Amino acid sequence: MTKQYETVIGLEVHVELATKTKIFCSCSTEFGGEPNTHTCPVCTGMPGSLPVLNKKVVEYAIAIGLATNCDITRVCRFDRKNYFYPDNPQNYQISQLYLPIAANGHVEIEVGDKKKKIRIHEMHMEEDAGKLIHDEWDDTSLVDYNRSGVPLVEIVSEPDMRSADEVIAYLEKLRMIIQYLGASDCKLQEGSMRADVNLSVREAGTEKFGTRTEMKNLNSFKAIARAIQGERERQIELLEEGKAVIQETRRWDDNKEYSYAMRSKEDAKDYRYFPEPDLVPIVISDEWIGQIQKKQPELRTEKLKRYQKEFDIPQYDAQIITGSRHMAEIFEEASAICGKPKKVRQRWLLEASPRRCPTG
Amino acid sequence: MDITSMTAVGLGKKIKAGELTAVEAVKGCLAQIDKVEKDVHSFVTIDREEALRRAEEVQKQIDEGILNSPLAGVPVAVKDNLCTDRMRTTCSSKILENFSPSYTAEAVRNLEKAGAVVIGKTNMDEFAMGSTTETSYFGVTRNPWNLNHVPGGSSGGSCAAVAAGESPFALGSDTGGSIRQPSSFCGVVGLKPTYGTVSRYGLIAYGSSLDQIGPIAKDVTDCAAILEAIAAHDPKDSTSIDRNAYQNAGTAGGEGQPAFGYDFMSALVNDVSGMRIGIPKDYFGDGLDAEVREKILAAVRILEECGAVAEEFDLSLVQYAIPAYYVIASAEASSNLSRFDGVKYGYRTQEDEGLHNMYKKTRSEGFGPEVKRRIMLGSFVLSSGYYEAYYLKALKTKALIKEAFDQAFARYDVIIAPAAPTTAPELGKSLSDPLKMYLGDIYTVSVNLAGLPGISIPVGKDRKGLPVGMQIIGNCFEENKIIRAAYTLEQKGGRIS
Repeated sequence: MTKQYETVIGLEVHVELATKTKIFCSCSTEFGGEPNTHTCPVCTGMPGSLPVLNKKVVEYAIAIGLATNCDITRVCRFDRKNYFYPDNPQNYQISQLYLPIAANGHVEIEVGDKKKKIRIHEMHMEEDAGKLIHDEWDDTSLVDYNRSGVPLVEIVSEPDMRSADEVIAYLEKLRMIIQYLGASDCKLQEGSMRADVNLSVREAGTEKFGTRTEMKNLNSFKAIARAIQGERERQIELLEEGKAVIQETRRWDDNKEYSYAMRSKEDAKDYRYFPEPDLVPIVISDEWIGQIQKKQPELRTEKLKRYQKEFDIPQYDAQIITGSRHMAEIFEEASAICGKPKKVRQRWLLEASPRRCPTG
Repeated sequence: MDITSMTAVGLGKKIKAGELTAVEAVKGCLAQIDKVEKDVHSFVTIDREEALRRAEEVQKQIDEGILNSPLAGVPVAVKDNLCTDRMRTTCSSKILENFSPSYTAEAVRNLEKAGAVVIGKTNMDEFAMGSTTETSYFGVTRNPWNLNHVPGGSSGGSCAAVAAGESPFALGSDTGGSIRQPSSFCGVVGLKPTYGTVSRYGLIAYGSSLDQIGPIAKDVTDCAAILEAIAAHDPKDSTSIDRNAYQNAGTAGGEGQPAFGYDFMSALVNDVSGMRIGIPKDYFGDGLDAEVREKILAAVRILEECGAVAEEFDLSLVQYAIPAYYVIASAEASSNLSRFDGVKYGYRTQEDEGLHNMYKKTRSEGFGPEVKRRIMLGSFVLSSGYYEAYYLKALKTKALIKEAFDQAFARYDVIIAPAAPTTAPELGKSLSDPLKMYLGDIYTVSVNLAGLPGISIPVGKDRKGLPVGMQIIGNCFEENKIIRAAYTLEQKGGRIS
């Protein structure tokens, strides 16, 4: 009889925050723009320049932390992650390792009619890198620092997911929460939301985790689903052949539907993390958290419940109307003006508005 | 008029009174540079035309009454790790030999706003790593008092320029004694302010948590005036502190007390009666040159005669300061200097085939041996498995050293110590034994670890005719106490010449 295998998945999700300016300088975060036009001495790592933290980044991070049931770290701090690469102008990334802004959270997902809690290990703030442009013809590489210093949060889950469906549900849930908060537009294709998949397999019924791999370069929910399937099969095949899974980082090629090893743990980098001496610790007071809490909008989960109860509309319709905060707001405003929605208005919203009001 | 012996404030007064113009002041400096620079070699870059153009501009503003700071029209030499947009900024390193910053450091901008005229950039130990100015890629600076001796370091060029009369004053930076030690070797006055008092924006970092910019001048009055011009809260530097928001708890405590503020000239008072002076016993034992000890204790007696009360005490943890300092400073340096990689600016190797090969070759060829040594040391103490054993332990030591000073300042207004164990060593005698050279920083590094202000003032000369310096250390934000003590001593002892 063939063995049954269980897939164990944890995610590292990067989300680009919707601030107008970068995390450590006042350069614009606007997408596009001629190369190296949204830059200054700070985000190009010029000697003598110093970072100054954008307060809005902390506020978005706290808002996301609260909405994902995390504990907010009252005195948090930035650390330097040291590695050499030309897209990283200082050759260190300002990130958080030792005291990340939020930890010990969870979100609830629904797959089929099963509810499940996915725990969040921690969430930290960091800066994005620039972009390398390789000119094959000239055999040169150029670097554009417009993205350098764009604020990110990285949300690290516990290995609580067991299938591609759960992974997608988790990502959808995060995306919806963050979009509702207005903290990011969370577009996978444009890279404002990026997910790395940590995956291992184990024989069904066993406690011990198998050896995991980390997969990068996943630009859509479909690619993520295919990559999970592909990697699961690759690992099972290895185990069936009596071989070991190697702990390594792999790059998913969605056209070939196969992942390639990028680097193994043996040559894993030592990032020599240490506290960033150019920034002071961030002290987060109860008052500050209270102010942010007060401004938190009603999130989708609460809206769904309320709409079904208050307006007596079917769950399916309510899901579509709450699919974006924008549409939900139109619906609520229309309801406020016209009283409880009639079927016809509901239908108009469902059919016409997705075309008229792009959900961003 | 001979301007080479004038103080910055003295020169400023003459310019204000119309006895001398800013252009004549610059010309006077350039003439002295022509005379002594070939021997002393204080400068990496001198920009005569720009200095004269700027002096004319400043003179116009003085004439129009727009500028009336004490430093208006006064020439200044700036250490070459402070960015200047009109002059290359090299850190005395091959890797930045032709680097022209796109902006000017905040401290230099503040000086320029006060009307000071930058005449050039001074030599230093490469990336401020060294105690002799011998690790410069551009050659050594010599001590104006005796050309066979070093000027100290790393701000050796700035101190030599002031001692040789090439510039009435200069800016330096101090990470572990780099203002105070060369000031002591060159017989000038150098002040390292409380961490956070002068903006580090535009200072090419060595050890970010320890670096502080400060004045180097002929007397205490100048230091106070210069500090007043450069110190300011700067939102561009997150570690910059608004001294106006900090209250002087020492006088009675709490609400209603005056803030520490930015007024340093008012501390120029010839009176130390009742001032409590702590003399750390451990700083006057083995390893301290007998002549240095004697001169410093004689200066302490002068202060006692003026009404101060001096007392010996045990400052604990003295032996741990050097290792803690070298771990922290090197760790930060290893990361701070990683941006010099040949990609964006500065030197790039000719053999640039392949990214990692380019990195290795550029950095191997671009950095000197002392810089490489500290990058390796710093990378090691931060690497996985050693971080807790070295870096975290050093941070704990730093906190304990701060506590030891806190306890001392509960009993004393100021602490008096040597600035260096000896007077200036001969050229070529220090670099062969780096460990011994590092130990020479014993009296200065604790002040950086604790973030305290310290001033080095001349208290005489040894038998070889080399200046002896004395260090006065204050509690955080209490620059005014050390300025007052130093000023009183200077009034009694006069300047050495």
